[in-house]
Amino acid sequence: MAETTLPKITVAPVTQPAGTPANLIAVQNLSLFYGTAQALKNISLGIGEKVVTAFIGPSGCGKSTLLRCFNRMNDLIDNVRIQGAVKIAEQDIYSHQVDVIELRKRVGMVFQKSNPFPKSIYENVAYGLRLQGVSRNSELSAAVEESLRQAALWDEVKDRLHTSGLGLSGGQQQRLCIARAIAIKPEIILMDEPASALDPLATTRIEELILDLKKDFTIVIVTHNMQQAARISDFTAFFYLGELIEYGVTSKIFTNPAKKQTEDYVTGRFG
Amino acid sequence: MAIQTHFEKELSDLKETLLTMASHSEAAVKNAVEALTNRDYDLAQRVREDDTVIDKFELEVDEMAIHLLAKAPLASNLRLIMVATKISQNLERVGDEASKISNRARDLAQEAPLKLSLDIPRMSNLVLQMLKGALDAFVNQDPSAARALIPRDKEVDALNKQIYRDLSNHMMHDPETITRCLNLMIVAKSLERIGDHATNVAEEVVYLCEAQDIRHTGKGGSAALQTEMEHKRPV
Repeated sequence: MAETTLPKITVAPVTQPAGTPANLIAVQNLSLFYGTAQALKNISLGIGEKVVTAFIGPSGCGKSTLLRCFNRMNDLIDNVRIQGAVKIAEQDIYSHQVDVIELRKRVGMVFQKSNPFPKSIYENVAYGLRLQGVSRNSELSAAVEESLRQAALWDEVKDRLHTSGLGLSGGQQQRLCIARAIAIKPEIILMDEPASALDPLATTRIEELILDLKKDFTIVIVTHNMQQAARISDFTAFFYLGELIEYGVTSKIFTNPAKKQTEDYVTGRFG
Repeated sequence: MAIQTHFEKELSDLKETLLTMASHSEAAVKNAVEALTNRDYDLAQRVREDDTVIDKFELEVDEMAIHLLAKAPLASNLRLIMVATKISQNLERVGDEASKISNRARDLAQEAPLKLSLDIPRMSNLVLQMLKGALDAFVNQDPSAARALIPRDKEVDALNKQIYRDLSNHMMHDPETITRCLNLMIVAKSLERIGDHATNVAEEVVYLCEAQDIRHTGKGGSAALQTEMEHKRPV
């Protein structure tokens, strides 16, 4: 991966292009095993702060597995073994001193299928804050409004905040989940195919939202939609069979990739 | 539900870059003609130097376009990006023609003026009006204005032929003026080509707005291509 233009963490120092944001997430020689099956093979890459980074690759290539390493969601799966390191803001998140609950406050997640709690819109967003001990109504209301505004949902739901979140459309539910994720002010938001179940307009809204949110958050997104990656991400990493094949500036990956495998994948020849 | 997207902002940036490029191309033609009329050597020199700016804009528009195409735009957005690259190519050629005119203007400025009345000012006014009209039609997305412009290219062609005849006659009567007359023929030819490029831009505007390709239809089709084919005919 010597030709990458990104701040990739490797044994040898890699020159960073001017204007490249500093690494917030640093993955160092990361391998992950489900039992004896190796899902990630010695991955090293750095992810800049307040940019959108897209992970692409065919199903089973390890992109979602890597994403889930960033907030230790893989800990919930039996038989998972990890080698190497993942550092967020210089801290090894797999160190014994790390409190996983605290980590997940810093690294929020949005899933493919929207999963609002069976509660009101207001309570969905306030939930994380209540867990953090915020109890004053004025403080909660202000935070709920701010998060819903940031998630571009406020105008659509402000008159029915106390109705069930499950009554919203699919696209609105997904934005509610984003509002819930950002309410506790994480540094990083992980998104695993957040728009794959949505219609084109709802997809556009999510994509617009992602572009708006990157001024405040670092976003890592897994997507099967390459045009979506081209539209919303600053950097793109292509994975295949558990290996990082190519990582670079998005416009380069989609107009002139360095590796033939990347070219074949983005042009639809395989995968 | 219409929403202003980040993508639309990028499209606006593309249009803006193209229009800035257009203003440079228009200025190059104006200055080249002015340098010719006023026998201004320095201005002619500047037009040549400024051509590199127009060349850089062409590269910039293409780079923006390929970046935008990777995002899979559709319908009018897709046409806009394709049209932008074609318009920028035409504008770059307009810059090249302006450079050619300024080269001839430099040579002519160093020799005595010809005692001959030519329609070059009228021709250059017409060509500049066409260019401006085509670009206005692009800005206003006005296919009617673009269509109305296309037949005017015939007037430009007629003026070129008239100037060619006048200069040929003059050369026969006064062979000492041959070099100067040839230089002026080149100027007229360049103006005629600028008219062709303005026509091409107008045709692209029709395609952008109506998704209808009117090139090579025999109804005011691509003048530039027709001229090129004439050039290729064996003499």
